[in-house]
Amino acid sequence: MILEHGYEMVVGLEVHTELRTRSKMFCGCANEFGAEPNTNICPVCLGLPGSLPVLNVRAVELAMAIGVALHSVIAPSTFHRKNYFYPDMPKDYQISQYDLPINSGGYLDLPDASRVSIERAHLEEDTGKSTHLGGSGRLQGADRSLVDYNRSGVPLVEIVSAPDIRTSAQARAYAQELRGILIATGASDGRMEEGSMRIDANVSVRQANAALGTRCEIKNLNSLRSLQRAIDYEAQRQVEMLVSGEVVRQETRHWDEKLGETSTMRTKEEADDYRYFREPDLVDLAPDEAWQDRVRASLGPMPAERRRRLRERLTEPTDAQLDAVQVVVDLNLDGLVIAAVEREVDVTLAISRAANEVAADIEHVTNLTPESFTDTLLMEERGELSATQAKTVLSELLADGGDPRAIAAAKRFEQLSSDSLEATVATLIEQHPDEWGRYRDGDDKLAQFFIGQVMKATNGQANGKAVVAALQARR
Amino acid sequence: MKSAVQIAEAVRSGASTAVAEVVGALEAVAARNEELHVFLYVDEQGALAAAQRVDAVVAEGGEAGSLAGVPIAIKDNMCQRGVPTTCASKILEGWRPPYNATVIDRLLAAGAVVVGKTNLDEFAMGSSTENSAFGPTRNPHDPSRVPGGSSGGSAAAVAAGMTPLAIGSDTGGSVRQPAALCGVIGVKPTYGLVSRYGLVAFASSLDQIGPFATNVTDAATLLEVLAGHDPLDSTSLPEPSPCLVEHVHDSVAGQRVGVVRELIEGADDEVLDAVRRAQEALREAGATVVELSIPELRLGLSAYYLIAPAEASSNLARYDGVRYGLRVDADDVAAMNEATRTAGFGAEVKRRIMLGTYALSAGYYDAYYGQALKVRTQMIDAFARAYREVDLLLGATAPSVAFAFGEKTANPLTMYLSDVFTIPSNLAGEPAISVPFGTGVGGLPVGVQLLGPGRSESRLFAAARVLEIADGRA
Repeated sequence: MILEHGYEMVVGLEVHTELRTRSKMFCGCANEFGAEPNTNICPVCLGLPGSLPVLNVRAVELAMAIGVALHSVIAPSTFHRKNYFYPDMPKDYQISQYDLPINSGGYLDLPDASRVSIERAHLEEDTGKSTHLGGSGRLQGADRSLVDYNRSGVPLVEIVSAPDIRTSAQARAYAQELRGILIATGASDGRMEEGSMRIDANVSVRQANAALGTRCEIKNLNSLRSLQRAIDYEAQRQVEMLVSGEVVRQETRHWDEKLGETSTMRTKEEADDYRYFREPDLVDLAPDEAWQDRVRASLGPMPAERRRRLRERLTEPTDAQLDAVQVVVDLNLDGLVIAAVEREVDVTLAISRAANEVAADIEHVTNLTPESFTDTLLMEERGELSATQAKTVLSELLADGGDPRAIAAAKRFEQLSSDSLEATVATLIEQHPDEWGRYRDGDDKLAQFFIGQVMKATNGQANGKAVVAALQARR
Repeated sequence: MKSAVQIAEAVRSGASTAVAEVVGALEAVAARNEELHVFLYVDEQGALAAAQRVDAVVAEGGEAGSLAGVPIAIKDNMCQRGVPTTCASKILEGWRPPYNATVIDRLLAAGAVVVGKTNLDEFAMGSSTENSAFGPTRNPHDPSRVPGGSSGGSAAAVAAGMTPLAIGSDTGGSVRQPAALCGVIGVKPTYGLVSRYGLVAFASSLDQIGPFATNVTDAATLLEVLAGHDPLDSTSLPEPSPCLVEHVHDSVAGQRVGVVRELIEGADDEVLDAVRRAQEALREAGATVVELSIPELRLGLSAYYLIAPAEASSNLARYDGVRYGLRVDADDVAAMNEATRTAGFGAEVKRRIMLGTYALSAGYYDAYYGQALKVRTQMIDAFARAYREVDLLLGATAPSVAFAFGEKTANPLTMYLSDVFTIPSNLAGEPAISVPFGTGVGGLPVGVQLLGPGRSESRLFAAARVLEIADGRA
């Protein structure tokens, strides 16, 4: 896409994802979000004098799974120390990977068929989390700072793309597709709002196909929307600078979501010299072929393949259905859909319920089983539940789990047997002979009238489709 | 004075009690600690309580351990739960670790009783204990002289008869050099043989915990307790603790011993004389002694003074005033970090942090730290070549006997040279042992050093035992 004055943007993304391990990267403390501050801590993740790191094998497996999904080369790797002072980093160095990352190279194909190259995906540890009170609200100039070390030592994989991205929409699509892959591999829950997936964007502009321009790194991108807006803003800012004869300085910039603009955090001159060197407290990491094969074998199909499989079940899908397929796969709900379809639930209904009702409460998706999801949809299709009732049952299932029949019974949804519906319909036909006559003569609009009457008579417990069926049987 | 092995036997058999042994040690400490400044912290109550627990185990007929009731001194850079651990630095003053170092847990499991924490050069950086923020330790053989360092307090505790055993840490000679200057046995084990978990890091790739004892059997007994795989230390060797004590009396007949020119050159005559007599003793015991040269060892000191400070600059970054220890308040966090570190660290620690930071900096890494790593590899290869010709190496531990206070503080380089013979083993990750062998001018102890390839501790102890006998300390 060409910006004003013949410029194009060049974007590379650095995505940090927290790994879904039970324990932290170098100690046995729980890796969980939302615990009371400074409760999941020990001498190791507090960096107490004398403590030593021991690598979490599960973190290595999840990193390899990401590498496999991104078509990277998994190679023998080493850990380095990245040295800089920051109060939420207890050792004042971060254990990371440097010249020899666990995953090198690779690529990610986007739904629009473009391909973004991956430079590397390496392991590192997360820092604690600072809260700055009063004053500026940032570290320098705050009245007081509080640090929660629960996050300190949580395993991360940093996925660095090549500067292959040319539009903000493509950047968003990349982040979205990558997020789907992270969820599909089980490596991450992909929750940007909880910080388990964090994105920095390197943005530069250049005259089309000229040499790369000077880049700025944008931080504090907490949603896909921020990502897209920040990239557009930053590219425009750089174009305007260049057009007015100014020079873009290499720097790190902060995205302000409210103001909708980026501002200087630190310039290249202020950047730390990280003094990387091999971490002497850890040994080299060289996963053997057998281990890599086990990881490979444990991986299911990735989102692109899974979308294809769902699409194949739809005849002439609409754009809305294709979007729903994307949502279903992004949220890892296609397993539910397939399970339902295999028990003869209509595929469009299954996709719709998954992409809307289930997606609306995705945090509690573990409460829902393929059986309870399928049973609910079958009840809906058989007319035992109205659409509204089915949605209510699903939301109950998501909230608390359980059996859909029991929920329907407790809510007095399922009663209204076909016999009592028949009786209600018969009574209403007698009470409204004119309307019935017009309906019988072919005025289908009158069906709505009878549905309304039945609902009134049954306190909304009837199923619209079942009413129409009963009316038609008597026509 | 009873050996550690004798004490443990007596406690296990009921001939003595742990409490009696510990009371004896505490009295010995009280008698001379003010004069010698060996201990930074004496844990009288903790020690007596621990001794009572050992006695209770014995009374119940339980397994009291190979060090049952043996008082031991711990260099104050190892963490013991609830006990102040200072590294002889103001920056850690008042900090009490919430956890035990693995060596502490192993000592307690073996029935040993920790008497207290001994003085050292701040963060183990030095060769005389003069860099302790809390004042130097004095050499029990001549209180006008240094005990060596950095584990000077632990060496002096054993030399003064306060405790039969002590442990120190050896990054460039910090166990062996004070052992030589104080006339006791000091061992630097193979890298990874003893867990570093709970040892406050100076230079992680070089640090190794080792024993001090008055005799070879005690040292071997203590090392057996300390050694063996620890899942909390990723660099810990995979195998369990080796059998050492049963090999102490092995013959050295047929062993080939190489006297290394680079491990004696520049040493004082009295030291050279001790090495010559040690050669003779080993030859008389049936070993073949040859002289050889390993020129790469000459590069050791320079490589060490890049690698160790580089690692230290990173290891010591965490003392920033945020979480524990000293905090000097200032306007913002960066200023607080700086004020805390300026006030909390001594001159030598600052010097090494600056050296190391420089050596790792962009644009200098290749020329300094990178080169030093290459030298280290060359040294490892050179040792390996030597061990194709011989089984053990012999040299001096330190160039001189104990020196006077202030003698080497004016010029850091002269102090650094105290470790020129001990540093190569740390760079190679290989074991070495310092054995007292005769005395020099004024009756001051002289140590000789035996070196071996990785995991050759039992061979080293057998040779050390030959020297011990030849030195008349049957």
